Amino acid sequence: MALYLNDDQKMLHDSAAEFMKGEGNVAHFREFRDKNCKDGFSHALWKQFAEMGFSGILIPEEEGGLGLGHVEAGVVLEEIGRNLTPSPFLSTAVAGVEALNAGGKALRDQYFPGILSGDSILALAVDEGAKHRPEQIAMAATREGNGFKLDGKKQFVVQGGSADMLIVAARTSGSPGDDKGLTLFAVETSAQGMSRDSVRLVDSAMAAHVEFDGVLVDADAVIGEVDEGASVLQRMLNAGRAGAAAETLGVGSGAMDITVEYIKGRKQFDHIIGSFQALQHRAAHLYSEMEIARAAVLKAQQMLDEGSPKAEMMVSVAKAKAGKATALSVKEGVQMHGGVGMTDEYDIGLYMKRDRALTEFMGDINYHTNRVAEMHGY
Amino acid sequence: MSDLESFRAETAEWLEANCPPEMREPVTDESDMCWGGKNATYKPGQKEWMDIMAAKGWTVPDWPKEYGGGGLSREETKILLQEMGRLKIRSPLASFGIWMLGPALLHFGTEEQKLHFLPPIARGEVRWCQGYSEPGSGSDLASLQTSAEDKGDHYLINGQKIWTSYADKADWIFCLTRTDKSSKHKGISFMLFDMTSKGVETKPIVLISGQSAFCETFFTDVEVPKTYGEGISSVVGEVNRGWDVAKYLLGHERSMISSDGSAGATSLGAKFADTYGRDEKGRLDDPMLRSQMAEMDIDVLAFRAMAERFGDTFKANLCHPAQPNMMKYAGTEINKRRHELIMSAGGSEVLEWESDATNGGLTARSWLRTKANSIEGGTSEVMLNVIAKQILQLPNA
Repeated sequence: MALYLNDDQKMLHDSAAEFMKGEGNVAHFREFRDKNCKDGFSHALWKQFAEMGFSGILIPEEEGGLGLGHVEAGVVLEEIGRNLTPSPFLSTAVAGVEALNAGGKALRDQYFPGILSGDSILALAVDEGAKHRPEQIAMAATREGNGFKLDGKKQFVVQGGSADMLIVAARTSGSPGDDKGLTLFAVETSAQGMSRDSVRLVDSAMAAHVEFDGVLVDADAVIGEVDEGASVLQRMLNAGRAGAAAETLGVGSGAMDITVEYIKGRKQFDHIIGSFQALQHRAAHLYSEMEIARAAVLKAQQMLDEGSPKAEMMVSVAKAKAGKATALSVKEGVQMHGGVGMTDEYDIGLYMKRDRALTEFMGDINYHTNRVAEMHGY
Repeated sequence: MSDLESFRAETAEWLEANCPPEMREPVTDESDMCWGGKNATYKPGQKEWMDIMAAKGWTVPDWPKEYGGGGLSREETKILLQEMGRLKIRSPLASFGIWMLGPALLHFGTEEQKLHFLPPIARGEVRWCQGYSEPGSGSDLASLQTSAEDKGDHYLINGQKIWTSYADKADWIFCLTRTDKSSKHKGISFMLFDMTSKGVETKPIVLISGQSAFCETFFTDVEVPKTYGEGISSVVGEVNRGWDVAKYLLGHERSMISSDGSAGATSLGAKFADTYGRDEKGRLDDPMLRSQMAEMDIDVLAFRAMAERFGDTFKANLCHPAQPNMMKYAGTEINKRRHELIMSAGGSEVLEWESDATNGGLTARSWLRTKANSIEGGTSEVMLNVIAKQILQLPNA
């Protein structure tokens, strides 16, 4: 497979780009931020995502979706990143759906229609501390009657306050660090004993601290097999990480484009500042890093779609490389804008904030760099 | 099975059956490669492998058959290279004729020039060198001064070239000469001539890494015929338009050099962990080095994807024409960093410059040699200038 978008993917790119630029642009982002609404995104826009077919991008065709892959999900996510579109797309339609794809038909029948219609929101309850450490999940799920009882805390549950269902990773046996003993649950947010405290993040997205105090779920809320959730979790994380890398790439590309345009217009010392070699070399280096990140992200997506056994390694490479390149992009962006780069009026700072939150989502640069070393056996 | 799948299977089978075992050992350095030419000295298996591959046209698989190539499609060529990589089979012939002159002739040459010059390149019979840089013309190559005076039936060449790789071993040279002093860019010609011509002298250059392939090349009243036969001009393209050819070729050269970054793509951490020892979790027992090596893995694997994407988009005509500059920049910079890390990991042992234990200081010499990567074929600074102006469209000062 050639490492560029094929014609169908290019068409999808064009329609996603037009849609996001028109409906989910930075002005839309600012409107929702300034409203200070509890969701941090527009339900109406999510409905439009559904009408475009985007929300069912990973749902199989026979179950009403588009039946596409990670490359296509990434195409949409890159435009979300580029336009700072506030959307539950990544957690719901990419990571969430990928987890459900590994689950039974009953669960899919229960949740896919709402996702396809743009009525349902899913959120991912994985992290238990300040850093993403899925290997160390401690939250307990103990057998209770026909089902399980969940006790513990999750945090950084992005859009958890708006979600109808949380995908919760918990421990049904073993201890933190064990591969075996993890189980994934689809837990309705209306469940008794669950409390959600939504907080606004640096990028204006909403995330929840969720407490589970004896939350009872049926056995049929289990996604995949009891105690064997590590593989489902990994599948969900692969999709989410590749998706987050694609969105990050969009943030970095968007920030770079804005910055290059800015330095083409700004004059000091009677010269366009973009004519100065000091800035040109930094901009050119940034371009190079973004191009490499783009190749890494596309490679990871293609490998996931091919089911390659090395996909997991490449997903970590992509998440780390996109994170590094985009961090450079937003930092150079603010610096090259000078004073106005610090103002809320200019968009570049919003990209910096978005990147900061995205880089923490599902593992930061250090996390994935360490993982690559581990996967290489050192 | 699709045509391409059967091609892959047949190719793999043929390669395994025909490749001499010596040609499946890793290449140690440039002197271990097969360069062909009239004065070639071959190591075991090299000549045999070159001839077997040349007979199929596979020293230049994507050149047309009439010029000694294999006539393979883009996809078939990619498969051949993939299978050779997978089976750890060496390239049969390293050659500036293949990498640089060939593409220039295929693009700018007359039919007669192609038929005359290309097949001996494909068969490894004639070894070429490149005469571009001069002592006063490095990054500003178009300021070159080596003159080619029109003497009716021949040109008279006077001047000096520098960094002429393997000039002392090459049979012929493709050389940029000044045929018009009144125009900087439109006074340069791309000329082909015999290195055994009277008045050609070469002198090897010693680098900080030791002996090198580089030479100084001096031309004193060298007579170059205007033609080597009907339609076989000694000038490629038009006289005074050699800069167009040179620019076209620089793109090829840059994309070639850029493959350096992906060549050594194996994980350094995985390689050094056993030497260093491991902690109780199996981690390389030097946390700082481990983290640097892991960062290098990320950058190398990402760059390898970039090299694949560049190759795919380049061949499909989808990449920006200045993209080879970005590849050259990124590939050489990552290679330099990689060698810094190898030196750091090797510690004091790799400092030994002449001992057998270090194979004559190979690690240190390789490290020093990489410092030229971002100078030769266009400096990193020039690459960044080109990216800034041609891709990002930033204005001139």
